[in-house]
Amino acid sequence: MNLRLRRIHLPLSAFALELDLSITCRATGIFGASGAGKTSLLDLVAGLRRPESAYIELDGEIFTDTERRIAVPPHRRRIGYVPQDGALFPHLTVRENLRYGFDLIPVDGRRISFEQVTRVLEIEALLDRRIDFLSGGEKRRVACGRALLAQPRLLLLDEPLAGLDGGLKSRFMPYLLRLRDEFEIPILYVTHEAGELVELCEEVVIIDRGRCIAQGAVADLFVERMERRHELRSPAKPEL
Amino acid sequence: MDAEAWRIIWFTLAVALASTALILAPAVALAWMLARREWRGKSLVETIVSLPLVLPPVAVGLLLLKLLGRRGIVGGFLHDTFALDIVFTWKAVLIALAVMSFPLAVRGARLAFEEVNPRLEQVARTLGATRWRVFWTITLPLGWRGIMGGALLAFARALGEFGATILVAGNIPGHTTTLSLAIYRNVELGNDDAAFRFMLWSVIFAFATVWTSELFFARRRRLA
Repeated sequence: MNLRLRRIHLPLSAFALELDLSITCRATGIFGASGAGKTSLLDLVAGLRRPESAYIELDGEIFTDTERRIAVPPHRRRIGYVPQDGALFPHLTVRENLRYGFDLIPVDGRRISFEQVTRVLEIEALLDRRIDFLSGGEKRRVACGRALLAQPRLLLLDEPLAGLDGGLKSRFMPYLLRLRDEFEIPILYVTHEAGELVELCEEVVIIDRGRCIAQGAVADLFVERMERRHELRSPAKPEL
Repeated sequence: MDAEAWRIIWFTLAVALASTALILAPAVALAWMLARREWRGKSLVETIVSLPLVLPPVAVGLLLLKLLGRRGIVGGFLHDTFALDIVFTWKAVLIALAVMSFPLAVRGARLAFEEVNPRLEQVARTLGATRWRVFWTITLPLGWRGIMGGALLAFARALGEFGATILVAGNIPGHTTTLSLAIYRNVELGNDDAAFRFMLWSVIFAFATVWTSELFFARRRRLA
């Protein structure tokens, strides 16, 4: 994967998101405190927000170029987006949620099958349930499955573990690892928990008040510190 | 109750229903534009649409009369081109009811759309749905209770309209007389019993409609 973000400028309430970076890893963490601009970054990649200036390119295809007035609409980007609360459609069943994007893909373009996703995420038993009858962890799995079934080229996960308690978190992580390994779709993983990054990601981009303050291998930026301090308490920033 | 009384009741229900059907689609479209898009002149349009709520109904009636009469811009055109006369016919009743109840339908739908989490619509876009598809599969199904509640209020408003109707459609027995016009006429003529009967019917219809609309709104609140 090659995601290039150039001359990004998006005014937020207290500061502006200003970035210039390339992301090439299979699983990249976007790390930073709450309100640092992480979700806004995902929104830009998905095409849900209009930046003042930006050049965004994924694997050679230009998504956004404000100079040439290019803005590929979100429905043609094929970016899987799992927002923080999952944002499942409350009027549809689990099955209908999962099929929402899947049914829009021509049959010969469906590389990821319905059965594969429900098996890997273990949601076969939930298919006919209504959304209000799902637990927090189940909701997130369904939201991941729904994004995967739309056959995305890149998956954006916005704090998929936020709000889950400790036990649920550790039970949910294996699903994310399976998702990363089975479907071979590059992942951008937003979090403010260093521990999650170490488990899932190879590279990390650290964002603070809208700016990238570090980018590098998770091992270099986090693991040493974690060994030193046993645990990095987020949202502390590593010394650079 | 004589045949004429039944006729008036049926005419009132039919024309109120027709006016609600007529305004529903434009009201929903405008409500979506107001709830989801930013555009120039938005607040001006918002204000104009709400005017019938606060203007004296007879003022709206007078305006419609000037507009739709044979010497008005719209009425003159229709008369000259299609030999179509609006004023003092059932069509004038229909238009008066539509104009007077339009703001209520817009308000209901707008509130309904504003309650739909925009994040759901955005996610649907990333799943490959066009804006149009998102509207039909996400926004409308999630907002339909509020839309229906607003439409029912508009219907109730249409059932009771008086001031605009009497100016632009007159009070012509057998042609433009609605329930509220019939009450007025019978009071004027001293037929208190008839007036009272029509009043009871008005209360029944108004009660049933508003009560149903409250059910829609209440259920929506529970879901939200």
